Amino acid sequence: MTDIAAGSERIRSRGLSLMPLVMVALSLGAYAVAAATTDQAGQISLDGLIGVLQRSVALGIVALGQTLVILVSSIDLSVATLVSVAAVMASWLMQGDDRMMLPASALVLALAAAFGTVNGLLITKLRVNALIATLGTGLILQGILSASFNDFAGSVPVAYQLLAYGTIGPFPFSVLFLFALAALGWFTLRRTRYGAHVYATGGNLEGARLAGIKTGRVIVIAHVLCSIAAAMTGLYLASRLRSGAPWVGRDGVYDLESIAVVVIGGTVLAGGRGGVWGTVAGVILFGCLDAIFTMAGVDAFLKQVLRGIIVVAAVAAYAFRGREWVA
Amino acid sequence: MTTAVREPAARRVGLIGRINPSYVALLAMLAVIAWITPSILEPAGFMSFLRRGAPLAVVASGQLFVIVVGGFDLSVGSLMTLTVMGSALLINNDPDKTWWVIGAMYGIGLVAGLVNGLVVTYLKVPSIIATLGALLSIKGIALAWSGGSPQGYLPENFRQFGRMALHDLPVIDLLPLAVIVLVVVVALFAWLMHGTNFGRLALVVGDNARAAALAGVPVRLVRILAFVLSALSAVTAGILIGGFSGVSTDAGEGFELQAIAAAVLGGAQLLGGRGSVPGAVSGAFTLTALFTLLNLLGLPKPLRDAVQGLILIAAVAYSTRHQT
Repeated sequence: MTDIAAGSERIRSRGLSLMPLVMVALSLGAYAVAAATTDQAGQISLDGLIGVLQRSVALGIVALGQTLVILVSSIDLSVATLVSVAAVMASWLMQGDDRMMLPASALVLALAAAFGTVNGLLITKLRVNALIATLGTGLILQGILSASFNDFAGSVPVAYQLLAYGTIGPFPFSVLFLFALAALGWFTLRRTRYGAHVYATGGNLEGARLAGIKTGRVIVIAHVLCSIAAAMTGLYLASRLRSGAPWVGRDGVYDLESIAVVVIGGTVLAGGRGGVWGTVAGVILFGCLDAIFTMAGVDAFLKQVLRGIIVVAAVAAYAFRGREWVA
Repeated sequence: MTTAVREPAARRVGLIGRINPSYVALLAMLAVIAWITPSILEPAGFMSFLRRGAPLAVVASGQLFVIVVGGFDLSVGSLMTLTVMGSALLINNDPDKTWWVIGAMYGIGLVAGLVNGLVVTYLKVPSIIATLGALLSIKGIALAWSGGSPQGYLPENFRQFGRMALHDLPVIDLLPLAVIVLVVVVALFAWLMHGTNFGRLALVVGDNARAAALAGVPVRLVRILAFVLSALSAVTAGILIGGFSGVSTDAGEGFELQAIAAAVLGGAQLLGGRGSVPGAVSGAFTLTALFTLLNLLGLPKPLRDAVQGLILIAAVAYSTRHQT
């Protein structure tokens, strides 16, 4: 009995793990076709591909954090704000000073962890709907940030820009970091006790609680890790832009896009099913789409329309066979 | 068993607990404003307050239907922007076109609401994603149509809904057209929600969609209608806002969240099953009063957003605490 259940579980998870590869293959195929048909065959190269990946790093890091939060059946709409806060804080604290690189980064990450804890506690202790809780904390944080800064603040030292511009061979640090983080996420989710608790909590909150899992703690930790991921994106953007401005997060629409990418990657919004490789595939899909739009010379506003439609269509592709009622 | 446990709590809440807390909040807020600037107690001041709050109150009562059936409509802000920018482009300084353009805008609203509703009910995309996608697309359409910057003007006969007023009336002295529109829309929506079968079905669907479906309720139709009502209310609010602030690319910015906040302040339950139109309207005016107050206190706009976030969390935390 248990063997059969375990066996079918394994088959299902194997079936799921192929999906990201298929999606990446399709994205790259579309990218290649677009490059060939717009006479930009030069883009079909390792460099072109790395360029696509590099432009997806910021979204990718946020989306990995969002994956974890969505897996525990929560959601985080405050990530875009946190990206801005991290970028501004980092460059403001550093003021171009080499010695401040580590303390500033550490402080920003600690602040993000504290912020994630607040999000998590609002959701688990005060039982505020996650959507509203993180929307509210995001509004509060953005308000304070925009009231304190209204332009690029400070700057990061040249050494810090290595984070965004450094390479090992042909591979930028940032792209390698994204994949390392994804591997760490995969390991945590599939090979550690915390990972098992994440799936249990997201799959059936009450069941997990009755089984002795401290579900509140699992959810709070997920929010802390998600906030830290968003702050990492902020640090990366500060390094890439050489300074932080209070609108970098909002301009990147990281809240919406991270959720979209996670869902496109096959993680279920209701929680409990999915994983990091799907998210990585979703990020690559978005990166390729962006590149395709750029190569095809699609107008920026039309691009926004298409993106909106693609997000909905992609979610629909997963959802419409489902039997659950959604609202 | 459960009734026995719940009984004392219900009794303790009593009569006062049954009064919608947003009414108390609204009165308190108005009292503070009156204390700072007594002019709001004069007919002109109060009417101007009502007029300022009218677009939010209209769009919040539409949003309420979507919240009651268990969803969110995040596309209303961009639909308001599209209404303002599209009207200016279509009218093209010819006041004779105003009426059919208003009709066309309601047509666009109808289509937007239908698309939202169909995507949620038939493609089973959660409404938060579906309407976020709609938000992006509709805003993109508005910007692509106008080339990214505000184009054209709205003629006087379009703007009258937002800024004209009837003068020299007895007692109230003047009555802005926006307030008449507000009263008509709110009365209509309140009747739909609290006086018709459709309203009752909406509550049932939001409370338990599966049970409703098994009991023979046309769940999909009810949900689609809720999205349509929300979209039509957004077009109405767009016409009002175009009247008193003119054409801009961010005419409706932030209204989606404020509308949700207003509905929740007015006692609506997120994910469905409970809500009232008068409550949502009162919530909308509470928010308007709050913004007025923060403005009077000289707080910069970003901090007003921060306070809005705080209120939002507090309102939901309060209502969660009191419903179980």
